Amino acid sequence: MTRQLAPHPNAKPKRPPGHPAKVPRRRWTARSRRDFLVFLAMALPNLVLIAVFTYRPLFSNMYYSTLDWTLGSPTATVVGFSNYVTFFTSNDAPKVLGTTAVFTVVTVGGSMVLGLLVALALNAKVRGTTFARSAVFAPYVLSGVGVGLVWLFIFDPGYGVLAWLLRGLGQQSPQWINDPQLSLVMVILVYVWKNLGYCAVVYLAGLQSLPQDVMEAASLDGANGFRRFVSISLPLLSPTTFFLLITTMLSSLQAFDLIRIMTPLGTGTSTLIYEAYLQAFGAYNRAGYSAAISVVLFAILLVITVLQLRFVERKVHYS
Amino acid sequence: MTSLSPVSPDPAAPAVAPPDPGLRRDQPFSRRNLIQTVVGGYLPLLVATLVVFLPLLWMVLSSFKQSGEIVTTDLKILPESLNLENYGTAMTTVPFGQFFLNSTIVTLAGATIKVLLAILTAYALVFVRFPFRNFIFLLILVALMVPPQVSILPNFILIAGIGGKNTLWGIILPGLGTAFGTFLLRQHFRTLPASILESAEMDGAGHWRRLWQIVVPVSVPSIATVALVTIVTEWNDYIWPLIITDRPETMTLPVGLTLLQNNESNAAGWGVLMAGAVLVIVPILIIFAALQRYIVAGLTQGSVTG
Repeated sequence: MTRQLAPHPNAKPKRPPGHPAKVPRRRWTARSRRDFLVFLAMALPNLVLIAVFTYRPLFSNMYYSTLDWTLGSPTATVVGFSNYVTFFTSNDAPKVLGTTAVFTVVTVGGSMVLGLLVALALNAKVRGTTFARSAVFAPYVLSGVGVGLVWLFIFDPGYGVLAWLLRGLGQQSPQWINDPQLSLVMVILVYVWKNLGYCAVVYLAGLQSLPQDVMEAASLDGANGFRRFVSISLPLLSPTTFFLLITTMLSSLQAFDLIRIMTPLGTGTSTLIYEAYLQAFGAYNRAGYSAAISVVLFAILLVITVLQLRFVERKVHYS
Repeated sequence: MTSLSPVSPDPAAPAVAPPDPGLRRDQPFSRRNLIQTVVGGYLPLLVATLVVFLPLLWMVLSSFKQSGEIVTTDLKILPESLNLENYGTAMTTVPFGQFFLNSTIVTLAGATIKVLLAILTAYALVFVRFPFRNFIFLLILVALMVPPQVSILPNFILIAGIGGKNTLWGIILPGLGTAFGTFLLRQHFRTLPASILESAEMDGAGHWRRLWQIVVPVSVPSIATVALVTIVTEWNDYIWPLIITDRPETMTLPVGLTLLQNNESNAAGWGVLMAGAVLVIVPILIIFAALQRYIVAGLTQGSVTG
């Protein structure tokens, strides 16, 4: 009953043969009518909630994005694609898309590379790996707001631990908070700290499922540990790597909590999701413009998801 | 090492690692072997664990420090005394007790309803005959991929329009539909042997009885996984409560912490802010320490959570 820790990305649920056992007959008997009602009674509340709060917003966003509309105002004018034109022709697009790209690439790369290194450490044959595995995973489940404040204090240029350490080395603390570029660096570092445990645990499961006989054969052939890792482990881990690439990319594109709490004004850290929030709920209340940015973000997320599905499909067909 | 209680060993993990075929056969306690074990085995583990724990330890220590101990260039690691003044200040500057209560209500009510809905939907999808059953499941799968963040503005307009601003139900309602829990439980229910349900059906047990007397009791670990992941997500949820509340009476802890941050914006306020951070982080840390097996399994299972 206990679940396998992290699934192989292409793992399919086991289904016992011939289940569900009974094939529905194409007859509208009293029993199937009762089943119909039972199904609705059980599933409908959840399905309605998903329809109203997950599906409807996608279409509402597309509609709102064609409006010139101040949030809270009773009137709005239809402006067609003007919000998109404004976004892509103003300074906003290069700034916001650039920040999003930097944040996503560095956090994904950082947490995957460090996650793999930590996974290798956790795969060592020593005591205490179980405890260490839980420890490195812990930040992933903690409140981004709480964690963000803790790190903001550590980075504080006046009284933070980091400033104190740098003073010991005779250095001035950089202005993490006020410098737009440094605040992006700061948020990226903390984001990687919070998320690398997830990558580590998924990679560890991948490492532990590697075929032992292949490794044994390679070491008999005289391949050293590094060689075995590069030539055997890494290629065999590629499905795990792909799975992590997609999942961490999706979550980096949606990162909000840390960015909001560490850089409330968004100077230097306005990614797509944060800019969409600031435009609607910050100082401007530009609902239509915010919706347009949300649609752009959704389009990007959709492309990544479709890529993932296509890849999984290919694996299923050819393996 | 910190206030964290020791994490119970994970029964799911292999207790003894298989022997490495590539290991050179030195004397078991030769110096070379010892150094190799320490440098290659323990040192990286120690570093990784410390990188995680030191910031959290710093949070706890700082929460006991007076402003004079923080606003100083002469950094002291340990607080002079374990005084709870910062916690008191956090409680009085903003209604932290109220935030804690709101967070608890939102988390418990939200998680209970979500788990119930997930159980019912998953049971219906697996065991009740219905046309388009697979199509409905597909719609749920797609919903799993839709990020909640892009739904914020339309949901705000809807919920504010029906009077849900600054209410607890307004915080809870939009998150109640659960694609993640339904997906996870459906996958599990499909692995249950059909025979036990068939014999129950022969005995005249209806769907309701089969669900609660057979399916749920044998699925406790999976349901616990869904419940714990849901509790953690609800407790930490930030963007939606941030938008739908602007009055302290209905704020949850993470939103209240933002309010506290605005009120304590000078350097002397760090101690109070760390006390607030402790109140947000430690409950989840305790739950995680006790039940991490389920939480790790649940969070690393699906590609998207929430």
